[in-house]
Amino acid sequence: MSILVALPVVLPLLAAGLSLILHRHRLAQRILSTVSVSAVLVTAVVLTVLVDHRGPQAARLGDWPATIGVTLVADRFAAMVLSVSAAMVLAVLVYAIGSPMARDTAQHFHPVYLVLTAGVAMSFLTGDLFNLFVGFEVMLTASYVLMTLGADRAQVRAAMSYVVISLVASMLFLTAVALTYAATGTVNMADLASRLTAIDPAVRHALSLLFLVVFGIKAAIFPLFFWLPDSYPTAPTPVTAIFAGLLTKVGVYAIIRTQTLLFPSSGASRLLLTVAAATMLIGVLGAIAQNDVKRILSFHIVSQIGYMIFGLALFSAAGLAATIFYIGHHIVVKTTLFLVAGLIEEREGTAALDRLGGMVRRQPLLAGLFLLSGLSLAGIPPFSGFIAKLTLVQAGVAAGTDVVVAVSLVVSLLTLFSITKIWAGVFWGEPEDAGLQVRPQPSVALPRLMVVPTVALVAISVAIAANAGSLWALSERAAAGLIDTGPYLEAVLR
Amino acid sequence: MIVSLAVLAGVLYACGVYLLLQRTLTRIIIGLVLLGHGANVLLLVAGGRSAAAPFGGAELIGRVSDPLPQALALTAMVITFGVTALLLTLAYRSWQLTANDEVEDDIEDRRLARRAERASEADESPSAADEVLA
Repeated sequence: MSILVALPVVLPLLAAGLSLILHRHRLAQRILSTVSVSAVLVTAVVLTVLVDHRGPQAARLGDWPATIGVTLVADRFAAMVLSVSAAMVLAVLVYAIGSPMARDTAQHFHPVYLVLTAGVAMSFLTGDLFNLFVGFEVMLTASYVLMTLGADRAQVRAAMSYVVISLVASMLFLTAVALTYAATGTVNMADLASRLTAIDPAVRHALSLLFLVVFGIKAAIFPLFFWLPDSYPTAPTPVTAIFAGLLTKVGVYAIIRTQTLLFPSSGASRLLLTVAAATMLIGVLGAIAQNDVKRILSFHIVSQIGYMIFGLALFSAAGLAATIFYIGHHIVVKTTLFLVAGLIEEREGTAALDRLGGMVRRQPLLAGLFLLSGLSLAGIPPFSGFIAKLTLVQAGVAAGTDVVVAVSLVVSLLTLFSITKIWAGVFWGEPEDAGLQVRPQPSVALPRLMVVPTVALVAISVAIAANAGSLWALSERAAAGLIDTGPYLEAVLR
Repeated sequence: MIVSLAVLAGVLYACGVYLLLQRTLTRIIIGLVLLGHGANVLLLVAGGRSAAAPFGGAELIGRVSDPLPQALALTAMVITFGVTALLLTLAYRSWQLTANDEVEDDIEDRRLARRAERASEADESPSAADEVLA
């Protein structure tokens, strides 16, 4: 069984090495990437089913005992998030293969993309605090390279602030790991769970807050989100889409993992609630102020992170289950929206609202794809976003956090408003200034390899809504596993 | 020994943060390098008292220094080294493109700021705006 837990990390790394060797053979690179990412997806799905039936699975690397060596652990939460992420990685990979990319850029895209995949998988599966740092670094270093693939002026400028902010967070992370080791003498998370209860509560609170800040920067929660809308939109579309779908969610995952496993009674609930409300509100206000599709969507990421933190801050089974469901829904919808934005940009040569217009007549399919995922993001029934928000609001009301619930509803409305703004600007009407229109090409069909994954993702999003019952039950079981950590600890320390 | 290391870590952190807040890229990079060093020294401090090299079996526990933080610091060093190389490349590319070493402002931010300025100017002189409308 343990081989299955290690595969999602090992496979893409090996493929990345092979891909570098094959850099002259474009087709071979493409097949290699697609096959290995598909294998990761299959492994993740099998792992989810397995973990759901038999409880958490652990793999000891090098067969060292858990408290000394590195352990990889898959519980329901990790396996679920990994499955959704792997599906996104595969869809975006196909989209990237279909999108026009300079030859030398494409050569380097594949190995780095595979390394990113391995980093994301490692961050989800690790059971070791220091290995989580390594996973983050593998993922982030790959993301730095992907972000600057074209190395033009805007990209270098945006990437510089992104890299510096991420590195500051990484150094803080390393500091937090060092302090945790000094206080407890271990970096294994299962071991930490029991040892942290034995230390001075003041030290424990300080460590808890330090980890919250570290992962808060990566997850882009208020007030640590400023780097995100600044850096994401400049990267090539497939890259932005995978960043938007996955990277911040890895941060959210780490917040949830540390807060539930390491600091379950930290008393950060009130702080998290405030942060969640502020993140939702500030993010969506930023989105309303923007005038470019990709920038609006980038601000939406921030706003949506607030919802996930809200569910966590309730520290109840229902709240956590809602957060888990929300993460699954959000990863799919957000990636789709960026892929659609990429198609708009590909077709019209710009993503600025005042230069676009009337696309509903020229590209009805694109308009439909955007509408479905946009309404889902805003939480309109019967889409997946509605179910995610409904469960979250129910959990919030049950916990008596009426103010934050009210904020979340207002923010939903504002999200709908900013989605309507994109709709009106891109798909309806005419460009505000016809002279600005760059290159309208109404007759040419969109590249099929770019459209197919986008359609597939919309289909997944609809499928989430259609199978909401069973997925919600799975989320509830995953949340129960986060609250009752017994089976997790047993699997690791056995 | 451990006090001097702790003080050293503090000094490295302080210098790192100071340099990080500068506007030139080279200083920011040196600041990040210092921060990384600080974190690595802190990892060593976290391992407790220094003692003999950790070779041998479990019977030596307590008489040798803790090898785990050293392993962690080594890994962290490799990562910092790689990322620093990438940062230097980026800074060089930035210098190639803009012929200076300063962090640029965000274009969209500047645009929004200009719009806000224009809006406040319009508020101050409503008569001028009315004339335009007329």
